[in-house]
Order: sequence, then structure tokens, then C-alpha cells
Amino acid sequence: MTIRSVLVANRGEIAVRIIRAAKALGLRTIQVYSAADADSLAVRLADEAVAIGPAAAKKSYLNIEAIIEAAQKTKAEAVHPGYGFLAENADFADAVVAAGLRFVGPSGASIRLLGDKVAAREAARKAGVPTVPGSDGRVADANAAAAIARGIGFPVMIKAAAGGGGRGIRIIQDAAEFERQFPQASAEAAAAFGDGGLYVEKVIAKARHIEVQILGDGRNFVHCFERECSLQRRRQKVWEEAPAFRLPQAIREKLCASAVALARSVGYVGAGTVEYLYDEQAQDFYFIEVNTRIQVEHPVTEMITGIDLVQEMLKIAGGDPLSVRQEDVAIAGHAIECRINAEDPFKDFQPWPGTVERLVVPDGRHVRFDTMLFEGYAVPPFYDSLLGKLVVHGDTREQCLSRLSDALAGLEIGGIPTTVPLHRALAADPDVATGNVHTRFLEKWLETGLAATSGEKEVAL
Amino acid sequence: MSKQETRSPLPGIFYRKATPDSPPYKNDGDAVAAGDTIGLIEVMKSFHEVKAEVSGSAIRFVVDNEDAVMAGDVLAEIEG
Repeated sequence: MTIRSVLVANRGEIAVRIIRAAKALGLRTIQVYSAADADSLAVRLADEAVAIGPAAAKKSYLNIEAIIEAAQKTKAEAVHPGYGFLAENADFADAVVAAGLRFVGPSGASIRLLGDKVAAREAARKAGVPTVPGSDGRVADANAAAAIARGIGFPVMIKAAAGGGGRGIRIIQDAAEFERQFPQASAEAAAAFGDGGLYVEKVIAKARHIEVQILGDGRNFVHCFERECSLQRRRQKVWEEAPAFRLPQAIREKLCASAVALARSVGYVGAGTVEYLYDEQAQDFYFIEVNTRIQVEHPVTEMITGIDLVQEMLKIAGGDPLSVRQEDVAIAGHAIECRINAEDPFKDFQPWPGTVERLVVPDGRHVRFDTMLFEGYAVPPFYDSLLGKLVVHGDTREQCLSRLSDALAGLEIGGIPTTVPLHRALAADPDVATGNVHTRFLEKWLETGLAATSGEKEVAL
Repeated sequence: MSKQETRSPLPGIFYRKATPDSPPYKNDGDAVAAGDTIGLIEVMKSFHEVKAEVSGSAIRFVVDNEDAVMAGDVLAEIEG
């Protein structure tokens, strides 16, 4: 590897994760931080830490100039963007490279191409990846869009070309609603993303969300199999697994091969994820989007393949070729990740910053807890609510679920409400146990499932 | 002339407008009616409206758009 240091341009649990991976490779670590994060675990763990601005992310973790300046001041040789913030900002990747540093991720050009929904869909089609029936690209105007919607058949989705992470999406039930909603969606997309471009797509009923982890060094490209992320609330993933359950081997092979084909077609560098909708009845999968960064749920892939994805990203950025060949990547057992958020599941998931008074973490060979928490840590109100990720491995999914229940029983975060009770209830749910879920399962389940298990709570959902 | 302080009910980021491209809910010097929205507080990516508790002839903000605030911080003063 040609790099000896890395600056972490992120915060929270992923900053801690990156620092640990970098240290394992013998790299010097530099953590940037906002005024609200001076007391964070990442700042404590890093070899050096640089204040880059006030609490508001716009003035710190999204401040490209301040981050580049910190990197130059500390003579960092690479910048890892984590996820969120600037991770998929092509201008940031370009600015890092222009400053003479390595960006731990793909080129700005790749981020730009794959970050534009329409261009990404076109790239997928060219690489032979099935795409959801819909407008081939941005729709010209409301009339053209309505004609396409009628052709596909309702319900359809209107999506913002520049949206992502579940934002900028509307589901439309009929032609009258389409006519009403289309101009609003365009105005909102323009306001939210600075780009009013829209496209139209078929809605796949009871779809599952399955995604494929890819790694590339610009010449060689491999997949690390798939993750199942169907348990979502408001399009945010809550619980993830690897591998996907009940996926026929032939489909798995086609799915993973299609992700590699797409990576190869764009000369991908780094870790990335190709997301798909899976129609279980028809056994069809459709491309959704590519995330050109490490994902929150990457640990489930690490647990079943033994590959350290963050270390692999750093090595690739340092100029090393991929350390794994496709034939070396195999699935061993099953893994599940629960996202532990600072939200009260009994009060409509109201986020709740505060101080962690007590922290008891389950351990053991099959359990991993990625977190930035420590006892006495004050969770700031300025960023997202993710506190940690409980990840459990088993030889089979059944064993994994059983170990997960034990691990959840042993996890105690005192002082603030968290989503731990939600995960305890999900781990005990018969539909979750059989894998009888889809992307709209959790929201329906929350209407009854959690209240039913909350006997000890005075507040019903 | 009496002055009423409007305080932040929550810790988070204070916004004076609904979206980056919207006009501010209120400008300094605007009259306000009790119940008018004067800003938003973002707590861990969830948004909460801040409403004026009293009516007044002029509002003056003491916190800038996108500043971090703690619960109880004064956001604005309203002149009666």
C-alpha cells in the first residue's frame, strides 16, 4: 500500500469502524470533528483530531474546504468519506484528488454517473441488468409521463432523478392522482435536490429489497454475495441479513453476476452496492440504484464472507489490487444486523438525544456491536439517530435468530429510549422467523405487532 | 413596550425557512400572531415547527438560520 495515513471525513459509529480498520492496517488516523463531537469516541481513538466547524453539518461535515484544509494541515494521504454526508458527493471526490490526496471510493466521474438515477439505469441496461419497467430516463413533461404511466399500469412511482435513500418518491394509484401529483413532485424535487427531473416506474407489489456487495480495483471486479434488507420503515432499513433467505441458487448467481457486470462496465473502484427489488413470485429481480460507498449494513456481509470490506477499501485506495478472487468468496452461515437508533419505538419513533447512563454490550464469538457509545456519552441532537449495529452470526438462519434473541436480551442502553425493544419483538415474530416479509411488511406490522408485545409499557403505539 | 422571548422547545438545528429556497417564515420587524410558525427545529433529521406563543408588532431573531441550539435557548424576541 502506498498510503500511510487516512483522514476520516465522517462521525459516529462508521468513523470508529474506519479508524479501527485503518489502525489494523498500520495507518495513521486523523479524525475531523464538529464542535458537537469534541468528546466523541472517534476523536479519542484517532491518532490526531482536527476541529472543522460548528455543530450544523452544513458548516462542518459537509464543508469540503474545511475538510481538505484539515487533510493538508495534517499531511493525510487519503480521505475516507464513510456513508452519508459527502460520501456520494462527486465534487468532494474531485476536490480530494485535486488536492493531491487519495479518495477512498470511486472517481468523481463514477459517482456522478451512478448517482444520477437516470444515467445509472441506462448504465445498468447497457450492462444487461434488468431494470424496472418505466420511462427510459427523465420524462419530458406531464403529458408524456401520464402516457407512460398508463402504459405500465397503476400503481406507479414518480421518482426524483436526483433523489436517493428513499427521498423524492411518490406512489400514485390512478390517472387523476397522477395528474394532480406530477407538478407538485417536480416542484418539490427542484426545491429539495436542485433538479426538477422526474422519472416514472412500475410498483412491484410485495417486493423484497435485495442488494449485492461489489468490490473493484478498476481492473478486477468481484461480488461478496447479497444482503436482504426488506425490513424498512419509511424506506429506511431497520434490520438486514446476509445471505437473502429463500433465494434459489440460480437466481443468486444471476443477480450477483449482473452486479459484477455493471461494476465492470463502469470500471468501478472501491466498495459499492447494487440495489435490487426482488419479485419473489415471479422470481424476477430489477435494478434500483448503485450506492458508491460503504453501507451501514456492510457487517452482515463481513460476517458471512470473512472479508473486511473497510480494510479492502483502504487497500484499494492505496493502490493495491483486489486481495480476493471471485472463487475465494464463499458464504459461511447466516448473519443479521439490527440498527439500534436513539428513537422511541413506542412514541412513533421520535428521535431522542440524551446521555447514555449505562451500557452493557453482549459479547461472544458470534456477536459484534459496532458503536460510538460509551457510558456518559451525550448523544448530540444534530445528526442521525443511529447509535450502533448489533450483528450476530449463526451456522443457519434459525441459529442466528436464536443467538440474536440472546444478544438483544443482553444489550442494555440506559438513559435514552432506543429501538432495542422493536428488535426484540421482531426477533420473536413468526413471520420474521419464516422470512415472510417484504418492503411494506414492517410498517403494517408496527400498527399491531409492537403494541402487542409491549405489555410492560404504559404507552401503546 | 413588553418583550416576550420565544425559546426552543428542543435541542437541534434551527431553520428560519421551510426549505432552502423558501422565503423565511418571518423577517426581523414582521408582526406575528400567536400560533404563527416562526421556524423549524431539526432533531436527528426529524423536523418540528416552532410557533409564536404570543402576538406582537415586531419579531427580532437572535439565532441565525442553521445555527445549533439547545432546549431553552432564546430563538427570537417578540415586541408587544
